[in-house]
Amino acid sequence: MDLDAILLQVLNGLDKGSAYALIALGLTLIFGTLGVVNFAHGALFMVGAFCAVSLERLLTISQISIDESKTDFLGNPLEVETPYIEMWFGEAIGQGIIDWSVPLAILLTIPVMLIIGIAMERGLIKHFYKRPHADQILVTFGLAIVIGEIIKASFGATENPVAAPAALARVTDVGALVGADTINVTYPSWRLIYMAFAAVVIGAIFAFLQFTTFGMVVRAGMADRETVGLLGIDIDRRFTIMFAIAAVVAGLAGVMYVPIKPPSYELGMQFLVISFVVVVVGGMGSLPGAVAAGFLLGLLEAFASTEWAKDIIPGIDQIIIYVVAIIILLTRPRGLMGRKGVMEE
Amino acid sequence: MFGLNRNDTLLLIFVAIITFAAPILMNPFPTESSLAQFNAGYPDLMQRFVIFGIFAIGFNILFGLTGYLSFGHAAFLGAGSYACVWMFKLFGYNVLPGIILSVIVAGILSVAIGYISLRRSGIYFSILTLAFAQMSFALAYSVLGQDMFGLQGGLTNGETGLQVYTSDPQIFHSEAAPNLPHLFGLPMRETWVWEYGAWSFQFNAGFYLCAIIMLVVFYMSIRIFRSPFGMMLRAIKTNQNRLNYTGVNTRPYALAAFVISGMYAGLAGGLLSAMDPLAGAERMQWTASGEVVLMTILGGAGTLIGPVLGAGLIKYFENIFSKINDAILEGWFAFLPETIGDAVVWVLHFFVGKGWHLTLGLMFMIVVIFLPGGLVGGLVQGAKRLFGGRRRKNAPPPSASPTSQAAE
Repeated sequence: MDLDAILLQVLNGLDKGSAYALIALGLTLIFGTLGVVNFAHGALFMVGAFCAVSLERLLTISQISIDESKTDFLGNPLEVETPYIEMWFGEAIGQGIIDWSVPLAILLTIPVMLIIGIAMERGLIKHFYKRPHADQILVTFGLAIVIGEIIKASFGATENPVAAPAALARVTDVGALVGADTINVTYPSWRLIYMAFAAVVIGAIFAFLQFTTFGMVVRAGMADRETVGLLGIDIDRRFTIMFAIAAVVAGLAGVMYVPIKPPSYELGMQFLVISFVVVVVGGMGSLPGAVAAGFLLGLLEAFASTEWAKDIIPGIDQIIIYVVAIIILLTRPRGLMGRKGVMEE
Repeated sequence: MFGLNRNDTLLLIFVAIITFAAPILMNPFPTESSLAQFNAGYPDLMQRFVIFGIFAIGFNILFGLTGYLSFGHAAFLGAGSYACVWMFKLFGYNVLPGIILSVIVAGILSVAIGYISLRRSGIYFSILTLAFAQMSFALAYSVLGQDMFGLQGGLTNGETGLQVYTSDPQIFHSEAAPNLPHLFGLPMRETWVWEYGAWSFQFNAGFYLCAIIMLVVFYMSIRIFRSPFGMMLRAIKTNQNRLNYTGVNTRPYALAAFVISGMYAGLAGGLLSAMDPLAGAERMQWTASGEVVLMTILGGAGTLIGPVLGAGLIKYFENIFSKINDAILEGWFAFLPETIGDAVVWVLHFFVGKGWHLTLGLMFMIVVIFLPGGLVGGLVQGAKRLFGGRRRKNAPPPSASPTSQAAE
């Protein structure tokens, strides 16, 4: 393997790892604050992705007019679909807005996920704090099925692709980007943007927890919920908000992932399994652990899928994540950075 | 009888009668009537009822008694299926060796997986079993399905699924034996049809083989529930730490429960292949593990009959409920004024037909939220409340039990 090939796999790994890290971060936030194992987190990721699909469909609602001067191949007058948005803002701006519907969908995702998160916590999760973890897993697993089916009923069982903005749907010369002539690697621009986006979101969450009063209270609550409550702070309300924030993180991870993987109603379940493996490897309740494990497993997966690795151990690309998870759980029972006494009853 | 107390004997006899009469009981509607599509009394579906009943009974021995929530039991189901088809390929179509081997293979696999996974508990155990099952699925789907050791298609034949070809050795296959799965010459597809008036009942050989096996393993599960071993498993569920402090090593007990439930799953997998000699990797996928979790919880984990009920319910939904389409709904609500009828049909069509998973998910959530004992637990509780109330009215018992106090 030469240097360029290695760099390419590092990029692949970081790309996968960004998605894993974002989902695992949200899961860990929920677990660390509320102590709830949320099997519906993959479904939240999927809801985020479908925010982009919905926005694109909304923007392209069209008025159908008949152009008498042209005919279609049957000789009938040609039907022209003009999106309302182009009629209102002019053709150029309208097309621009439609083209940028995925980034614009972020603005839609944040309020939608906040509402869903608060409704979910107040309506369902609240009643499960005192129940065993198995019950929490089961009820959120049921919720994941329900959300998946609602998506299927509204968007169909097929994949719903939405393209990235045309300006970003090409490849970037990584060598030119970092200013090194020796590197000769090109990589899809949107994936590079996804990595940067993930880094920003992860940084924002950590900064929020570290440098704001709200974050300080939440961290205190994670360490000792009872004492914080005794100090006269309404910790339940803050934890509700943290749940909503975790839902937003999952939604943001989903909405930006749409151009990379067209979402279908099975997307939530596909990411659920892997994200739980990531969380457990990182250590339940440890935020840095979740992020580190996300990138670690992403990188391992990328390198395992090279021909070079597959020649040594056939099929390694399919099983590497699970093998690593099993080894880590057996040698480091609390995961990479897990705290003592979490989920050990 | 058979070392069971009176209630358990009655339960076993009741289940046996229901099972043997299933071809009649499941066909309540005449063949030509419009309701005939809700008949579940055809061989394929009835076989699935009992086979997945076995799967869920086994899962319940692990989850219902010890509280260890495994998300990887599909691996044993799949391994059992493959083992059974391999016996068909090597020795011929008699189902007995296939079923026996599938139990053995699943047992060995579950010793290996259980020994490692049971070192951890709680969610870590769930994730470990899930990881092992996903790994088995990935291996069966890709690596083990490639040509190896001179075997075309490897051990699992990958995406196509393992099946019997005419070029296979089948060394004990004789000209006299039927060329499809059979039990000493009795083909599993053999079906006797009994026409009675407008009804037609199908008695299928394969179904009765599965039914007898299910009754045997159901009896075994009752014995396990009532044994000191079962008591020990319940103690693990209640408080494993306290057991450890008193000097009991709990791991062998948990491992035994895990292996027994794995062998039940392997048996179910073997029977699936015995009914239809084709084994695919998708039986190992985690959705299959999730399905048995749904069945057990829905019916009632920790109850004897609950898992069988849950399995029947889900399979009925999957095969019958999913057939209700908009046209049928419109037929039902034709008596309503048109606008109201359309509205009702529009609402219902999300829950039936292709949307049956939505109904299943909602039902499952409701059960988990309101009935921690599942449907059977809920029924028992309801019955207790009903009869308890009546008893209080007539003659109040000297010492009120905690439940009746709560009811007051």
